[in-house]
This record gives sequence, C-alpha cells and structure tokens, in this order.
Amino acid sequence: MNALVDIRQLSVRYRHGNTAVNRLSLRVAQGETVAIVGESGSGKSTLANAILGLLPDSAQITAGQLWVDGQDLTHASERQKRALRGRTIGLVPQDPMVSLNPTLRVGQQIAEALILAKGKRYPAVDADIVELLQQVGIDNPVLRARQYPHELSGGMRQRVLIAIALAGNPRLIIADEPTSALDVTVQRKILDHLQRLVSERGISLLIITHDLGVASDRADRILVMQQGELVEQGAPRQILDAPQHDYTRALIAAAPAFAKRREPLIHIDPMIEPILSLKNVGKTFALPKVKGEDNTFVALENLSLEVYPGQTLAIVGESGSGKSTALRIALGLEKPSQGQVWFEQQDVTHLSWRDFRPLRQRLQLVQQNPFAALDPRFTVFDSIVEPLVSFGLLKGPALEQAARELISRVHLPASYLDRLPRELSGGQCQRVAIARALALKPGLLLLDEPVSALDVSVQAHILDLLEELQREMGIAYVLVSHDLSVVANFAHEVLVLRNGKVVEQGSVERIFNHPANEYTRELIAAIPGRHVATRAA
Amino acid sequence: MSRYLIGRVGQALLVLWGAYSITYFILYLLPGDTLSIMLSASGMEADSLSVEDLAKARAYYGLDKGLFEQYFDLLLGALRGDFGQSLSLNRPVADLLAERLPQTLSLAGLAIVLSLLGGIGLAYLTAYLRWQPLKKTLARLPSLGFSVPVFWMGLLLIQVFAFGLGWFPATGSKGVESLVLPAITLAIPSAAVYAQVLQRSFQGVWRESYIATAYAKGLSRGQVQARHGFKNAALPILTLIGLQVGNTVSGAVLVETIFARSGIGRLAQEAVLRQDIPVVLAIVSVSAAAFVLVNLLVDLLYPWFDPRITHTPKVS
Repeated sequence: MNALVDIRQLSVRYRHGNTAVNRLSLRVAQGETVAIVGESGSGKSTLANAILGLLPDSAQITAGQLWVDGQDLTHASERQKRALRGRTIGLVPQDPMVSLNPTLRVGQQIAEALILAKGKRYPAVDADIVELLQQVGIDNPVLRARQYPHELSGGMRQRVLIAIALAGNPRLIIADEPTSALDVTVQRKILDHLQRLVSERGISLLIITHDLGVASDRADRILVMQQGELVEQGAPRQILDAPQHDYTRALIAAAPAFAKRREPLIHIDPMIEPILSLKNVGKTFALPKVKGEDNTFVALENLSLEVYPGQTLAIVGESGSGKSTALRIALGLEKPSQGQVWFEQQDVTHLSWRDFRPLRQRLQLVQQNPFAALDPRFTVFDSIVEPLVSFGLLKGPALEQAARELISRVHLPASYLDRLPRELSGGQCQRVAIARALALKPGLLLLDEPVSALDVSVQAHILDLLEELQREMGIAYVLVSHDLSVVANFAHEVLVLRNGKVVEQGSVERIFNHPANEYTRELIAAIPGRHVATRAA
Repeated sequence: MSRYLIGRVGQALLVLWGAYSITYFILYLLPGDTLSIMLSASGMEADSLSVEDLAKARAYYGLDKGLFEQYFDLLLGALRGDFGQSLSLNRPVADLLAERLPQTLSLAGLAIVLSLLGGIGLAYLTAYLRWQPLKKTLARLPSLGFSVPVFWMGLLLIQVFAFGLGWFPATGSKGVESLVLPAITLAIPSAAVYAQVLQRSFQGVWRESYIATAYAKGLSRGQVQARHGFKNAALPILTLIGLQVGNTVSGAVLVETIFARSGIGRLAQEAVLRQDIPVVLAIVSVSAAAFVLVNLLVDLLYPWFDPRITHTPKVS
C-alpha cells in the first residue's frame, strides 16, 4: 500500500540562507498517528507548512520529493495544492485564541469549509454544522454556531478548529502544537477527543509538538527533529527506553514528566517568620449589570497562605481559578475585598501606593511571556538596571558593574548587555527578566507562569537557574502555574485553586503521593507523558 | 443595541453644542469691542458715530443684552435655522448657506467617495499582488500622494486636463464636469492616508493565524482576502474616515479658491477676512454638524465590522 504522505530527502531553505529542513524522509500511512518532536527552530513547523503547500514566499524547496496522496507537491501548481488542502489534509493550528476570524460567526467559518468540500448548492449546511459541533463535543451547538469566536473559551475554540479541520473529510490531520496554549486538563480532554474522532474515521494524524510527553502518550511513532534533520525515529517505548541520540536523551531529561521528583526538603524551622502571608483573603469584582444575573463575581474566597524565606510555594489552577488575582493581591496591585496581607511582619493590606513603594524593592515579579515583558526598545542593559535607576540606587560605573554581575548570575555573557530583546531567544529573554527582578536583591519573587511560553527543554534550564538562585541567595518564590509537572520538581508547598476556592494545600510529597481531592487527582493524571512514565516504573 | 445608539446620538449632540458654544465665546469675547468689529465689517467706523447712534447700533445687533442672554438668543435662533444677518453681504446667513451649501456638499461628497474608492482599491490591490516589484511600487504611492501640496496638484490637473486635453473646465461651478477636477484634487490626500493605513493593516492581518486557518480550509488567495482579510484590516480605516471628513472641510477652502467655485469654503475664507462673525459662526456650526454626523455613522458601522463591540462575552 502506498503511504499517504511520502517525503523523500526533502530540503527547504529560506531565502536569507538558513536551511530549515535538511534531507528529511518521512512516511505516514493511512490511519497512523505520527508525532514530530523538536524545539522551536528545529524546522518542524516548516515541514508542516510544506506538507500543506503553505510555505511562505521566502521559503523554497531546494531538493527532494514531497508526495501527498499520490501527488508530488514539489512540482504542483497552486490550484492542485489548494485542492488537497481541506479535502485531503486538515490543519488544527497552534493557538486557538487567534486562529479563528474574530469578525465571522463560528458557524459561518465551519460552513466555508463544508461548502468547499461539498459544493456551493448544498442544502444541508446548517444541519452539518450542528452535527460537526456536536461531534467535537460542544454543548448547545445551535447557539454556539451563531456566536462569535470571542464568546467562546479557548478550549471551545480549539474544538471549533477541529470541527473545521474535519469538515472537509480529510485523510490526514496535521495538529501543530495543538494544545500548548491551553490548561492541562482541557488539553488532555481535547487531545483524547481528537484522537478518538481520528481513529473512528481512519484519518492519519501528524502531531507537531515540543513536548515529548504529549508525543509519547499519543503517537504510534515518534520522530525527533533537530535543526532541520531527523535524528531519531521509532515507537514511543523504544525512544524513551533506549534513546540512540544525545539530543533525544537531552529532551527526555528535560521533560518534567519523566524527571525524578527531587528529595524532600528540610522542614520549616518554626522559629522563622513567613516573609509573605495572606490571611483569609477574598476578592469580588463588580460586573456590568445584566438582568437576572449576579452583579458581583467572586474571584477569590478565603485564601490563606504563608511563604517562608528560601522556600517555594506553588499556586496551581486552571484559567479562571483566581491564581492571577491572588498574585496581584500579593504584589499589592489589587486590594483584597476581605482579609489581610502581611509582608515581612507588616500589615500591608491598606497601604497607599506611596507607602507601598519602598516595599517593592523586596518583592519582584517575573512574567509569563518573556518577549512581551521586556521593552523592545530597551537594550538588555537598560532593562536590567531600570529598577536600580528608578529607585536612584546606583550611578555610573557602579551601575555598569551591577549589570555585569546580574547578567553573569543568570548565566548570560556580558556581551549580551548591548543587545535588544528581539536578538535573543525566549529562554534568554526570560533570563534577562529574571536578572531584572534580581536587581534590587528582593526577598520574594513572584513567578507568573515563568516557563509556560517556553519549549520543554528550555523550561528545564530556567527552572534549574531559579533553583540555583534560591539556593545561593535564599529567595522565596511564589510560583503560579497551570502545569503540575512544572511544580512537581520545583516547589516545596503546593496550593490547588479552583473557581477561587482552595481545593487542597500541602507539601509537594503529600499532594503528589496522596492527593486527597478528586480534582487534584485529575490534574495529576493530565500531566502528559504520565502514561508511559508510570508504565515504565 | 438601542442603548449603544442612544449613547452615541447623545454624544453627537453634545459635541455639536460644544463646538457652537466655544466658537461663540471665542468670536464674541476675545477680540476687543465686538460692536466696532461689526461696524467696520459693514463698512463704518465706530469713531465717526455719535453716542446715541452707537447705542442704537448696539441695540440693533442685540449687544446691549447680557452675554448669556445673547448666547441663548443666538442658540435658539440657530436651532430654528435662523443664523442672523451677514454683516458684509447684508443678507440672511441662512439664505447664503442654502445657496452655497449644495456646491460644497456635492464636491465633498464626490471627494469622499473617490478617496474611499481610490485609497481602499489601491491598498486592496497592493495586498493581493504577489509580484514584488509592482507590490513595492504601489506601496510607495501613498506617501507621494500626501506629500504633494493640494494647490500644486490642483494646478497640475488644470494644466493637463483643462488646458492640455480640454476634457474638463478649468474653473467655475456649473455642471457635473466642473466637479471632477476639484473632487479629484480634494480626494488625493485622503485617499493616500486610507491607502497607507490599509496597506499596513493588511500586512499585519496576513500574518494572523486565522489567515493560515482559512488557507488550510482550501480557500483561494482571493477568497481569503475578501472574507477573512478585508473586514479585519478595515477596522482602523473606519476611525480615519471620521477624522478625514474634518480635513475635507478645510481642504474645500483651498480647492474652491483654486478652482474659483462658489461654495462654503470660499464663503468661509471671505467671511474670516471681513470678520463677518455671524457667517463664520454658522459655517463652523454646519461643518461641525457634518463632522459629527459622519462620526456618528462611523460609530454605528463599527459593530457591523467588529462584532466584539456589541456582543460582549458573558463572565461566568
């Protein structure tokens, strides 16, 4: 039998010189699920675009053959490629939040795909839209079809995108980082659903991901890509148990799901006072008045926590759980509606902005998206020394000296001080953001999803760095994350939030080994790669 | 929807009232003695008149009343469509407006239509083309369009199409033919701004993920641009249209002078030179009304272009 996708010695080059895909061969048979794993820049997305015939104008296939369903795309016309898209190959794109047209109703966007596949005069469009929405697991499909994308949650939008991909009845679906923008539990449900739909219909699935955990849970076969080249391929078992290539070994070591949980930590000395404590904190927001609905929204209810010097407290929850509100209250950016906030044995609940300012030196923030957190016009030097300058602490040569020390603390060369954020990678940007947060020698760092925008292997490096800094400088961390696998190897205490309420609170060992709550168990089960990891144990 | 509508209409009326009031107070309060300005506008010297005559004139113009009384008299008159007498032409201002307004409205209306067609057409074409040399050339056109001064462009058009080819009359305000050259002259700067902004906007939209989704469905480039690109790219243009209408009014002053057309723009220029206060006040009110009306239309069009404005998501 002929393979559905048959790639032979394919090379793709960008006009400005770098080769994104280098002499790569790959076959996907009908009904097979294949995962391509690699970091950003490994050429995996370029490969996906090549299969879809959607390479940008600046990229060019320089060698090899690319057969899809018996057609060689390297010599196909635009019209031929277009006939394949939608009807033979469907795409589930990366970020559901920005992958639907905000100005068209959801139903219209699905209808477009249906009409393309089945012809213009096709009477049952509306019925088919509703049926597709039902199949991808959306409740109340008649209403949803009439709504606009911004009225749906991220998970629902991803389901709509899956419906669009299925509408043309394709034989292959390419899922490009299908869920990395979603919460772990939502991620798992959607991937399960996609996999079921795909296997029911005998569709081949090509998953593109940076997370070896996701790949090993889902795929029949894994291909590991590094700098445009295929370094290893095989069944998930074989890749995980006997990796042949150094790079694969590095990826496995980096994947949090496969890493060993670290040793239990020294217990907290009862003599030490907590650096930050929240006492029965609650927050309600006023909502615009709508008839028949509550006009307040409870974001946080009765939250108490204590953070000790040199320790890490992790707040875990899905979007909407109130974890960002908790962080904003801890930072003093938001006043709690009830309860008290104590920082270094001082009640800071009702401090004015001006009175709070001196405390800001002791408490710093590292944000989720490192590219957005740095001013694109500031050099690395400007960004790092900004806190020092704004508090008027250092000047001239002393300032330069401080910048050099800070940048070496985060293991970047001093020559990077003159660079702009766009010349750095995501991981390097996050290092700069950490250096900036360290500039004032704070006692407490608030880490808001510090690694969720980064590749898995980069995540591990950043977490290592944070751990090293904690060891050397005794900083306390509050880590906010939706991903328990990040928390497992990093935190001392874990607090699980859901809908503004504390579900469970305790040490890492207890939460992971003896979760008391159903929801916590669900979160732990959702960690990708756990299937294989537990089976191996 | 109705709340949105009422809010916008209320805002529009407020802006109109504000424009009228500010203009009134500036014109009547700032430059010294109002009466002597008015008298000199109608060709008399205040010094040459006796005290009784001055008092009579003051009463005639209603200047003996209090500041706010005068203001309310004028405002009520304006609401009824009575803008008083022109000082220099000795005719009711309302008649003057009725005579001149159609000229300017047809000029400005045609100019707005032409600028939208030209600007949006150029940007749409630029976004669609894939052949780089032509694409780049078209992308540079808008900056040429608004860097060329309006009067120079007007003279050039007259030179070529009136004197050279003889297709259209060079000046005057008779017939549709006489409208073409001034309207084109007036349209070019606005069209250039629309084209520039829309080209930029398309560049951004082409990089959006939903464009990739649309391609992956199997839509052609033309379909993707028409259904998924244009509406999203056009959002910034909508705001601009509202603002550019203000420029069209001031542009009309220049263009009507160049092409010797008798419209509101010419009238405004003459009235300002002769310090004909009632006429200036009326023209400011009318152009403010036009500006407010167009911006109201733009505001009402917004929800159609961007459903995110009225369909607010429910917080659950």
